[in-house]
Amino acid sequence: MPSHAPAPAILVLEDGRVFRGRSYGAAGETFGEAVFNTGMTGYQETLTDPSYHRQVVVMTAPHIGNTGVNGEDDESRRIWVAGYVVRDPARRTSNWRATRDLADELADQGVVGISDIDTRALTRHLRERGSMRCGISSTESDPQALLARVLEQPAMKGADLAGEVSVDAAYVVPAQGDKRFTVAALDLGIKGMTPELMAQRGIEVHVLPATATLDDIRATGADGVFFSNGPGDPATADVSTLQAVLAADLPYFGICFGNQLFGRALGFGTYKLKYGHRGINQPVMDRTTGKVEVTAHNHGFAVDAPLDRPTTTPYGEATVSHVCLNDDVVEGLELRAADGRLRAFSVQYHPEAAAGPHDAAYLFDRFTSLMAGDL
Amino acid sequence: MPKREDIKSVLVIGSGPIIIGQACEFDYSGTQACRVLKSEGLRVVLVNSNPATIMTDPEFADATYVEPITPEFVEKVIAKERPDALLPTLGGQTALNAAIALHERGILEKYGVEMIGANFEAIHRGENRELFNAIVAKVGGEVARSFVCHTIADCEKAVEELGFPVVVRPSFTMGGTGSGIAYDADDLQRIAGAGLAASPTTEVLIEESIIGWKEYELEVMRDRKDNVVIVCSIENLDPMGVHTGDSITVAPAMTLTDREYQHLRDLAIGIIREVGVDTGGCNIQYAVNPVDGRVIVIEMNPRVSRSSALASKATGFPIAKIAAKVAIGYTLDEIPNDITAGPHGSTPAAFEPTLDYVVVKVPRFAFEKFPGADPVLTTHMKSVGEAMAIGRNFTEALQKALRSLESKDAAFDWSHEVVELDKQALLTEIAKPHDGRLKKVMDALRAGATADEVFEATRIDPWYVDQLSLINEVAQELIAAPELTPELLRLAKRHGFSDVQLGRIRGTSPDVIRGVRHALGVRPVYKTVDTCAAEFAAATPYHYSSYDEETEVAPREREAVIILGSGPNRIGQGIEFDYSCVHASLALSEAGYETVMVNCNPETVSTDYDTSDRLYFEPLTLEDVLEIVHAEEQAGPVAGVICQLGGQTPLGLAQGLAANGVRIVGTSPDAIDLAEERGAFGRVLARAGLTAPKHGTATSFVEAREIAAEIGYPVLVRPSYVLGGRGMEIVYGEEALRSYLEKYVAAGLISPAAPVLVDRFLDDAVEIDVDALFDGEELFLGGVMEHIEEAGIHSGDSSCALPPITLGDREIDRIREATEAIARGVGVRGLLNIQFALSADILYVLEANPRASRTVPFVSKATATPLAKAAARVMLGESIAELRAAGVLPAEGDGGRLPADQPIAVKEAVMPFNRFRTPDGLQVDTVLGPEMKSTGEVMGFDRDFGTAFAKSQAAAFGHLPTSGKVFVSMANRDKRSMIFPVKALADMGFEILATQGTAEVLRRNGVAATVVRKHFEGPGPQGEKTTVQLILDGEIQLIVNTPYGAAGGGQVGQARLDGYEIRTAAVRANVPCITTVPGFGAAVQGIEAMLRGDVGVRSLQEWAEVVRAGR
Ligand SMILES: Nc1ncnc2c1ncn2[C@@H]1O[C@H](COP(=O)(O)OP(=O)(O)O)[C@@H](O)[C@H]1O
Ligand SMILES: Nc1ncnc2c1ncn2[C@@H]1O[C@H](COP(=O)(O)OP(=O)(O)O)[C@@H](O)[C@H]1O
Ligand SMILES: [Mg+2]
Ligand SMILES: [Mg+2]
Repeated sequence: MPSHAPAPAILVLEDGRVFRGRSYGAAGETFGEAVFNTGMTGYQETLTDPSYHRQVVVMTAPHIGNTGVNGEDDESRRIWVAGYVVRDPARRTSNWRATRDLADELADQGVVGISDIDTRALTRHLRERGSMRCGISSTESDPQALLARVLEQPAMKGADLAGEVSVDAAYVVPAQGDKRFTVAALDLGIKGMTPELMAQRGIEVHVLPATATLDDIRATGADGVFFSNGPGDPATADVSTLQAVLAADLPYFGICFGNQLFGRALGFGTYKLKYGHRGINQPVMDRTTGKVEVTAHNHGFAVDAPLDRPTTTPYGEATVSHVCLNDDVVEGLELRAADGRLRAFSVQYHPEAAAGPHDAAYLFDRFTSLMAGDL
Repeated sequence: MPKREDIKSVLVIGSGPIIIGQACEFDYSGTQACRVLKSEGLRVVLVNSNPATIMTDPEFADATYVEPITPEFVEKVIAKERPDALLPTLGGQTALNAAIALHERGILEKYGVEMIGANFEAIHRGENRELFNAIVAKVGGEVARSFVCHTIADCEKAVEELGFPVVVRPSFTMGGTGSGIAYDADDLQRIAGAGLAASPTTEVLIEESIIGWKEYELEVMRDRKDNVVIVCSIENLDPMGVHTGDSITVAPAMTLTDREYQHLRDLAIGIIREVGVDTGGCNIQYAVNPVDGRVIVIEMNPRVSRSSALASKATGFPIAKIAAKVAIGYTLDEIPNDITAGPHGSTPAAFEPTLDYVVVKVPRFAFEKFPGADPVLTTHMKSVGEAMAIGRNFTEALQKALRSLESKDAAFDWSHEVVELDKQALLTEIAKPHDGRLKKVMDALRAGATADEVFEATRIDPWYVDQLSLINEVAQELIAAPELTPELLRLAKRHGFSDVQLGRIRGTSPDVIRGVRHALGVRPVYKTVDTCAAEFAAATPYHYSSYDEETEVAPREREAVIILGSGPNRIGQGIEFDYSCVHASLALSEAGYETVMVNCNPETVSTDYDTSDRLYFEPLTLEDVLEIVHAEEQAGPVAGVICQLGGQTPLGLAQGLAANGVRIVGTSPDAIDLAEERGAFGRVLARAGLTAPKHGTATSFVEAREIAAEIGYPVLVRPSYVLGGRGMEIVYGEEALRSYLEKYVAAGLISPAAPVLVDRFLDDAVEIDVDALFDGEELFLGGVMEHIEEAGIHSGDSSCALPPITLGDREIDRIREATEAIARGVGVRGLLNIQFALSADILYVLEANPRASRTVPFVSKATATPLAKAAARVMLGESIAELRAAGVLPAEGDGGRLPADQPIAVKEAVMPFNRFRTPDGLQVDTVLGPEMKSTGEVMGFDRDFGTAFAKSQAAAFGHLPTSGKVFVSMANRDKRSMIFPVKALADMGFEILATQGTAEVLRRNGVAATVVRKHFEGPGPQGEKTTVQLILDGEIQLIVNTPYGAAGGGQVGQARLDGYEIRTAAVRANVPCITTVPGFGAAVQGIEAMLRGDVGVRSLQEWAEVVRAGR
């Protein structure tokens, strides 16, 4: 209610720009890399996506929380965002599946947020200056003091975070219907929808900790290997396991972080995008078919591979299979054997969607075909 | 895939006259399509009977045929032009139906014309309910249980299955014509009957009712490589049961989770693929059960639609433009998104726009014009226009949208008392959807109703109800606050409160509030519609205001002109005014100005971000316009504001703007007052030695009676300060005068402050409409239009001919002199419209409007002269002489002096009567009078009057009959004048039927006529049918019925009632019905022309040659 509106809060960017708003979610102070997400639906999936670990997410859609939260749409065991920035939080939840209000959920999980700021101004700032560290506080009223603390925070570049979000113990997601394959899925920050979509295709998914070795993988009797999405800078990750997988010629499929690692394993570099791709409306062209998919993205880093020619690697010939039509960023890689047989592939975006369009779900079928050996 | 090389020329079909359910959104889409196709180097052939459209301007197509959109005429055009392809998806249901007819008659095949965008099969699958339902099932969706019926009997069987209520929906109609919700057997008879009649395939669907479910719409786009994108999701605030066109709608959807949204998206993609709309756009509607999320697909339209225009404006993604490009072979990834096109290059159109703002559309109704019409909203559309607003949140957008409607009681208002006791009554009232329901919802909340109680009553989603509560809470704080603190003011503005609302709440004037606001520096910023929520830089300055932190208005060097548009369409102010605004914009950018458009009507070409250099999608109120002017003055030099072209809306703002130091270009606000204020205008006329009909003003019956007695009956009475002849009536006697005053005094429309105007009513006067241009020195007579119906029928409703058919040079010279005298006397700079009445050789001045008029586009097309363009430049200081020299206006002569072989243009008005019913299902009367009722117009253009008139009728109502039965029933005063035309018809082989009296007169004059029974007499002993039965059974091809003027009981009264029965039957059976003597004469000439059978087609470009040659 406007009269007894929530306490004031401030958001300070590392370059000193200050936004004044109101406390949202948990009271207190938080820090992280400020990034913006342009999705108009799916905030619950976004909040629970481990790839957002250590990031303060700015929602460009003004009204957040309208449909509350429900028991089905979480993508992992908790909310991962380091902080949450919205313009107009819902005062009333309205949806038949909702079990509670978003604001309460944020508060209970200790997620510090800020509302009632010019999120578009903030977004334009991040677009022009690039993603940067920021702090949100409902306890500190002096922006300069908060700025000092912002500048003490570690940068996202060079951050190794997979370990922080991964499961400590392996678990199995059983195949639905007749079991056709077994897949070892390394959890670098995996989203629940990924094993679900595999299971729907008759795949028994063994989700393993990020630290799993080739032997751990072999131990599951895997027909194929999957590396998930996840937070952090791919440059910090160790790709020896993945290289061993490729050397062993196990069918491989990677998503997001799993695409960046695949790139590095093949000898490509990775780099940080100015402000990344975060949204569910991104046009990606599948260069093998020339068709465009509208896809869900959440990445701040990308693979640096040549678009115009294949690259010879120790494991075969690698080509860029998908590009983002907005900025020509590499969105997918393909590895073929000398005889042209597909050995491994990966995409930078999210075929599992959640949130987002289902246009790219066919990639999970491609993975089963790959394991069936008919590609 | 690049453009197809095998298509060199394309035929585009427009949507014809503006009618309810099909308004200027199709001018917007058609204009975009023509622009695109032309710029792609294709030859564009356009057929559209509506002269008020931008698309029918010669420069938008290579060959523009302002001809009837009937298979007969379109075939003539095809035979003449031999286009390679036909694009039927941009002209609404009219174009779609025409294309279907052309296909079914084998005409397309005969001339080898390919349907692009959507082919016949796709259209059929999309529109045929049985096929469509099968498709939805195939892609895993659900439809409401339903039965296709071809007879009333079928319908009754269906109801046995479904039980009441059921929804009746005719196939192949638009705007829900003939559809409705039947609660019982009578409803079923009535609605299904009308529905079967309305459907071109006499097919209706009887469907399970899902009233109260949430309603959604998705706009989908597909290319030949099967790339599909969803452009926009739209959520209806009013749940199922209220036509989308009448609902308050919101974009993007506010109350769907991603799972639910993606489910709708998957269905949409599956459906567009199965239906096979392979290149273009379509919209798909859904209902979602708020209780369990069950989804039902309502329908799809395999074409661009009202919603796609809305979606284009809401997202910045130009659906029609892209649809045209994909139709000629491009794929979405090859088409740039010109909004993001900037220094960094542009992103492609193969993406889905994302919004960082909220868009709200609200409908505008016109029930007050159709006494007795049922104002309850249902499944067929009743609104005549709409306004859209953009805000950074829902409350801001909603309140901006409501004030954009410009109807004084649209916006929320807290000045009236609401008490606990009203709650129940209010809850019952809001259970039935009607115009203005939302305000009642607000009152219910004020009366203490909870969000859930309101939801139970209305099924409006609780989230929206809570947003209304939020607005109310802010209002309560404003009421309670001891003083208006900056925080409170900001809070109010953040939720869309206008200075006017704040003034009312705080008991002070809007000006005071504005003063305080500016003193405190509380001003709006301007954000940009960029399709991508700021992810990429935007190149196109498409702005909306919001009370937020950062503004995005870019500085500029060039001098700007701000053009005020005309706001939501309404009867009396529609597309014609948008036409003039768009022309001004084009002309002024040619002249080197930076053009800035302000408007809030999403249907229009003026609100296309391509039209002007800058677009502000904002309400047209003093507050909003002043802020825009301020913002633009910060950005660079401003030459001034144009208030003259958008109709009464901007004209009404002129004074206030000037009072706040804004420069108004063209006719000064004081001059405007001279013309608008009766006393002052009377003096202008007196000085010029011109006469107005005798008149006086009264505030009571007694006074009125004296005046009437003095000037003599009949008198024409009207309240002051009305538009479109609102409340205007012809009164033939004292009794009628008494009841009129009682009615309007009671309604508070007549008071000492606003007296009733009593004019001598000129009987049998010829009415003349004039559009002219004046630069202070020279007068350019744009055109002199002679009305076909006599004075007494509103100029907007009567048909007219240009050049005039019966006026001689002498009269025209008098008109020219009078026009020039008035132009000087008033001090016009720019356009002037005058209505004259010629009676007993005296030229009376009825009124002068110092602004662009409804007829400007008609005149411009008929005379091949860009009047509005010229006007804009005159307003900015150029002289008519200079414009003649510049070739904008003809080197010499004007529209008053037209060459002998000048073709004749006939304008015919189109009425919305078939849309309105009384609560008990009766048709509303269709007689015309001084109050305007038409929604649109068509133009017939040809060598001679008869042919032009015949074309105008074909375009407006369907072809005039060339054989069959004519029914004639005339008021006594008209009996003499009807004899010759009736004789002519008899000679042409028509069988004449007439009522007793009329038949006798005819017989005495040697015309055989069969007497038919009057309606009130009922069927005869041998079951002889009454007139009404004959009409309804389609046994009569033409009806001539002039209304009995005098009211009163007895025979006359009965006859009058009979006239009503006849005219309304005509509307239902869709038989041409002529209600005036001159109209009758014209029709006879038209029928003669048709019988001669030499009716051809000619493009405006060809006609323009003739006209220029004649000069
Ligand atoms: N089965 C139904 N039950 C209740 N309302 C319905 C049903 N079907 C349609 N409606 C209402 O009628 C309106 C018009 O129906 P629609 O099929 O969209 O016709 P149109 O072609 O005129 O748009 C819809 O917007 C919806 O609100
Ligand atoms: N004195 C009159 N005698 C006959 N008809 C009149 C007279 N005054 C007005 N009318 C009719 O009423 C119509 C509307 O009047 P007008 O003054 O033009 O109002 P509006 O401002 O709505 O155009 C005119 O088009 C004309 O047909
Ligand atoms: Mg519809
Ligand atoms: Mg008039």
